[in-house]
Amino acid sequence: MGKDKTGIIAKVSGLLYEHNVNIVDISQTIMGDIFVMTAMVDTKECDIRFDELKNALAEVGKSIGVQVSIQNEDLFNSMHRI
Amino acid sequence: MLNPAEIMETLNMINDEHLDVRTITMGISLLDCADSDYKKAADKVYDKITKYAERLVEVGCDIEAEYGIPIINKRISVTPISHVASPCGHYVEFAKALDRAAHTTGVNFIGGYSALVAKGYTKSDYEFVESIPQALSETERMCSSVNVASTRAGINMDAVAQLGKIIKKAADLDALACAKLVVFSNAVEDNPFMAGAFHGTGEGECVINVGVSGPGVVKSALEKVKGEPFGVVADTIKKTAFKITRMGQLVAGEASKRLNVPFGIVDLSLAPTPAVGDSVAHILEEMGLERCGTHGTTAALALLNDAVKKGGVMASSYVGGLSGAFIPVSEDAGMIDAAACGCLSIEKLEAMTCVCSVGLDMIAVPGDTDAATISGIIADEAAIGMVNSKTTAVRIIPAKGKKVGDYVTFGGLLGECPVMDLHKESCAEFIARGGRIPAPIQSLKN
Repeated sequence: MGKDKTGIIAKVSGLLYEHNVNIVDISQTIMGDIFVMTAMVDTKECDIRFDELKNALAEVGKSIGVQVSIQNEDLFNSMHRI
Repeated sequence: MLNPAEIMETLNMINDEHLDVRTITMGISLLDCADSDYKKAADKVYDKITKYAERLVEVGCDIEAEYGIPIINKRISVTPISHVASPCGHYVEFAKALDRAAHTTGVNFIGGYSALVAKGYTKSDYEFVESIPQALSETERMCSSVNVASTRAGINMDAVAQLGKIIKKAADLDALACAKLVVFSNAVEDNPFMAGAFHGTGEGECVINVGVSGPGVVKSALEKVKGEPFGVVADTIKKTAFKITRMGQLVAGEASKRLNVPFGIVDLSLAPTPAVGDSVAHILEEMGLERCGTHGTTAALALLNDAVKKGGVMASSYVGGLSGAFIPVSEDAGMIDAAACGCLSIEKLEAMTCVCSVGLDMIAVPGDTDAATISGIIADEAAIGMVNSKTTAVRIIPAKGKKVGDYVTFGGLLGECPVMDLHKESCAEFIARGGRIPAPIQSLKN
């Protein structure tokens, strides 16, 4: 999430592709005046450890001025679904 | 499919409102480590803890990274050492073994240097309690607790009198020692929170208990219902507590699976930290109190405590531990301010402990406070716990060389607080009577 600009999806999906992470679903929206992109990804075939992927995404985010985080979807499911 | 608003809500809770899992605590039974040779027994204690908890910190960190949830503490609780060491004595050697095990496994605290003496002492229990000041001053990460009362047994006033002296002695030896010593009434066997955690003898071989947190999340939720009636306030807290607890349950389940250790309980406590935006007192103030400690505070806290439980109980398969809002003075920015400006007195704190967990917690008192006065404070708290069939506790710090209004800084999660005023009138003759205060009529339930 962050300020909207060109290339956010390209940069993030590029990194995911590089590490063999499949994007299952992707959406983007504006909440308040913040650009929010959410993607559901499959890390089963990922060629690096989860914490390495997390750091790599954070780095890419920093380079384009947005915050990128990755978390196991179970966290959101357990908090928002009974 | 999750919607972005739900995802953002969770991220905001974690990034801006200090939502975290406060502790994953592994409870380990040490009953099979008893030996008539104290060196052998202490070695067995060290070996067992380091074997069972070898991967605890690593697994905690993995879950933290994968789910993006901060897990602030990874801790260990063990069988009360007064039981394990009773055949051989030399209690301080066990304290050192626990401390070494804490360092080896990388946990920041280990609890269970404890004795349960609600009804009476064994000879070894008495000697064990006498060893507490030395044990605390010669270790770094070890916590101690003593249960001196219960609804079933009454109050062991001999132990209450002894602990007044023990607390004074501990404060003389080491400024931080008293922050690691809790005196309980109705202590629970599955508490994951320090300093009072121990692994009860009714527990299994090894278990994972989780303590959640989240005062900042509750306060933010209440900001959105300003001026609404109490039904709305209670519902808002319940919904928030549900989400917080689901997160705790998820972490508990994952930790249990990865460590191959049974899941015990989730403790539904709102545990504050000194950080801005992580205060229980500020939740009470958000309900409409100018300052925590003023009239209405007890009612506000009662509502909060009850709503947290009601919201949390459905979110976890097993709820236990202390489960209630904590009101430690030094560990809560709002409580510190309220005590500093004189709005929050020790009497009001005592009233607040009637409606929440746990008790008079992290309170600094003048260094020249006499032992009988400290025992009097413990007796009052123990009576509240005993009569109301709830856990209460006292964690009080006589601040060496400090007077009322001076500040004491403990550092880290333990925070800082002003030295609070106490009554000057003596209770020494009352404490000197000794013996046991009988169990109340409500103990006769059979």
